[in-house]
Amino acid sequence: MKTTAYPKRTGARRFSARPLLAAGLLGLASLAYSGAAQAIDIEGIPDPTIEPYVAAMKGKTIGYVPFSMSYDLSQGWYAGMKIQAEELGYEIVVRDPNWNTDVGVQAMEQLINSKPDIIVLQNPDLQSYAKLLKRGTEAGINFISVNIASAYPTYYIGEVWQLNGVKEAEYIVEKCGEGTGRSGKVAIIQGILTSAASATQIRGVTEVLSKHPEIQVVSNQSANWDAGKANEITKTVLQQHPDLCGVIGFWDGMDIGAGSAVKEAGLQDQVFVVSSGGGNKEAACDRLEDGTYSAYFSYDVREQAQDINSLIRIFLQNPPAPDAPKFTLPTRGRFLTKDNIGPGSCWTMDDFK
Amino acid sequence: MRPIGLNLLRSRKMGTQEMIVFLIFVALFAGFSVFLPGFLNANNIALLLQAVSVLGILSVAMGVIVIGGAIDLSIVALMAMSVAWTLQLINGGMPVPAALAIGLASVALVGLINGFLVAYVEIPPLFSTLATAGCIYGFGRFVLISQDTVYLPTNLGVIEELGKGRVFGVPMPVIVFAVIAAVVGLLLKYTKFGRFTYAAGDNRAAARITGVPVRPLIVAQFVLSAFIAFIAGLVQATAINSMNTRITDSLLVYEIILVVVLGGIGLSGGKGGIRNVVVGTLLIGTFLNGMTIMDIQFTTQNAIKGLILLTAIVIDQIVNPRDEQTSQQGDI
Repeated sequence: MKTTAYPKRTGARRFSARPLLAAGLLGLASLAYSGAAQAIDIEGIPDPTIEPYVAAMKGKTIGYVPFSMSYDLSQGWYAGMKIQAEELGYEIVVRDPNWNTDVGVQAMEQLINSKPDIIVLQNPDLQSYAKLLKRGTEAGINFISVNIASAYPTYYIGEVWQLNGVKEAEYIVEKCGEGTGRSGKVAIIQGILTSAASATQIRGVTEVLSKHPEIQVVSNQSANWDAGKANEITKTVLQQHPDLCGVIGFWDGMDIGAGSAVKEAGLQDQVFVVSSGGGNKEAACDRLEDGTYSAYFSYDVREQAQDINSLIRIFLQNPPAPDAPKFTLPTRGRFLTKDNIGPGSCWTMDDFK
Repeated sequence: MRPIGLNLLRSRKMGTQEMIVFLIFVALFAGFSVFLPGFLNANNIALLLQAVSVLGILSVAMGVIVIGGAIDLSIVALMAMSVAWTLQLINGGMPVPAALAIGLASVALVGLINGFLVAYVEIPPLFSTLATAGCIYGFGRFVLISQDTVYLPTNLGVIEELGKGRVFGVPMPVIVFAVIAAVVGLLLKYTKFGRFTYAAGDNRAAARITGVPVRPLIVAQFVLSAFIAFIAGLVQATAINSMNTRITDSLLVYEIILVVVLGGIGLSGGKGGIRNVVVGTLLIGTFLNGMTIMDIQFTTQNAIKGLILLTAIVIDQIVNPRDEQTSQQGDI
C-alpha cells in the first residue's frame, strides 16, 4: 500500500520507487512459491457442530425495541447483543421510541411487517404492545421481552419486580425492625403508579411489611421516577420524622434524589436508603461508596445481556413454533452493600467492548 | 353593567389578583400551621422554600418573558440540556470553568435564536418556543449527551454549594432565588430595559411608534431568561447530584406558568412584577409542602394543581381581558 501511495505524494521520486515496487512484488511471488512447495495437508475430521451453527446465524435479523435507548439498561443490553451479532454475522435493527408509547407501537408494527427472526423488546407496560405481539407471534416471529412483561405471553428475561420489592423490604426490616432498637419508621418512594414495575414492587414490599407490625410506613408516595420529586418528598419526610429509619426506593435514577436528601441532612448513618437498578457503576457502586445508598439490589445488565444472547443463539438454530409454551428466565440479582462490593460488582460500558 | 365583584377585582391600587393569591396563601399557611403538626417550624419553612426555589427561579425568568408579552415553553428543555451537557463535559475531563463557559455560551445562543424567531421572524412565541424546546431536547439527546441522567462530577468545588450549601441556616437555593428575584425585580423597575419591557408587553405597536427598540428588547429578554434557566439548572443538579433531562417531558413548564399566572402577571403582557412571582411561588410551595406532609398521592396533587391553574387562568381572563386592539392570532 505504501509503495502505491508514495508516488502520488512526490512526483520526483516516482522513478526511484518503481524498482522498489518491482523488488517487493518479486519477493512476494517467491514467498508464495516457497509456501506452495511446503503446503500443510489438512488433517483430522471437521467438527460437525460448526457448520450448522454458523449457517443458522448468518444473515439473520434481530429487531431491538427498548423503551428508550437513552439509559444505562438499554445501552448495556444493546452493547452485549452487538458483540455477539458481529461475531456471528447477524444483523440487529434498533428502533428507539424514546419513552413514547405511541412511537413504540409504530416501531413495533413496522418491525413486525419486515419479518425479522426475533424481536427483543422492552414493553412500556402490560397492555400497549399486547395485540402486536399476538399478531407477530402468529406470523412466526419470536419475541423476547426484557425486564417488563406483556399481558400477551412472550419469552421473558429479566427482573422479577415483586421479588425485588420483597428483597428491599426484607433488608429494611432487618435494619429497622424488631430487636434493632430503631424507630421502625419507613418511607416508600414509588415510581409512576400505573407502571407494572412500580405496581408489582409495591406488592412485594407491602407483603413483607404487612407481617411486621413494628414497621410504620410514614410516607408512601409516587415520585414519578423523578429524582427532584424524590428529593423533595424525602426532605419533607425527614423534617416530619427526624427519627426516620428507612427509605425504600424503586429505581436508582429516582432514588438518587432521596439518597441525596438523607446525605445532605447528614443522616446517612441513621437512615437506610435501599434502591435498585441495573447495576451501572455510576448509578450503583459509586453511590454505595459515597453513602447515597446503604444497599442496592442489582439486576445485573451483564447477566441479562448474556441471557438475551443465549436465547438468540438457541432460537436462531431451533425457532420455536408460534404455539410453543413460553418461559421465563429471571435475573438472579445481587444485593450490594458498601461492604460486599468489589471491582466487578458493577459494570461500565467498557465491559462490553 | 359589570357585576360588583368584577369591579372589585378590577379596582387595582395594586394587583388585585396578587392580593387574592396572597390572602389564599396566608389562609392556607395559617390553616396548615394550626392543623398540620410539624408544619410551622423554622426547618420546615426553610424546606418549603427550598423545595420551590428552582421553580421560583425559573418563574422569575418566565415572568420577564410574560411581562414582555411573550411566553417561553423551551425554558425547561434549555435548563436540563445545557446543564446536563456541561456536567457531561466535566465528567469527560474538561476543566470546570471551560465547561461552564460552554454551557453559558450555549444558553445564550438558544436565547438569541428564541428571541430572533419571536422578534424578527415574528412567529408567535407559543409556537416558536414549543418548536425550539423539541429541537433543544432532540439535538441534545442525540448529539450532546449519551444518557438521560447525567451524574454530578465530584470536582465541582464551590459550585456544588449552589444546591447544597447553607448560609446562617438558610438553604443556598433559597438565597439564589432571593438574589435573582431581587436583581430582576430592580432591573424591571428601575432600568430602561425594565420600563421598555412593560411598554412593549402592554402594546408592542404603540411602544414601537414611541421609539422603543422592541425587537432587540425581546431578544434581550430571551437571553436573560436563558441565563437564569442555566443557573436554575445548576441549583437543581447540585441539590440532587444529577440532572435528569427527562424533566423536559414533565409538567414543570406548566407549573412555571402556573406560578406566573397565579401570582398575577397577566398572560397578555405588560402587567405585574417579580413580587407576583414570589407570591405565586410561596402559595405553590405551601401547597406542595402541606400535601406531602399529608401524604397525598402525586397524581392527586397534580389534579389539584391543574384545577388551581384553571381557576387562575379564568381569573386572569376576567381581570386582564384580551385587548382587541393589540391581540393577534396565536397570542395567549
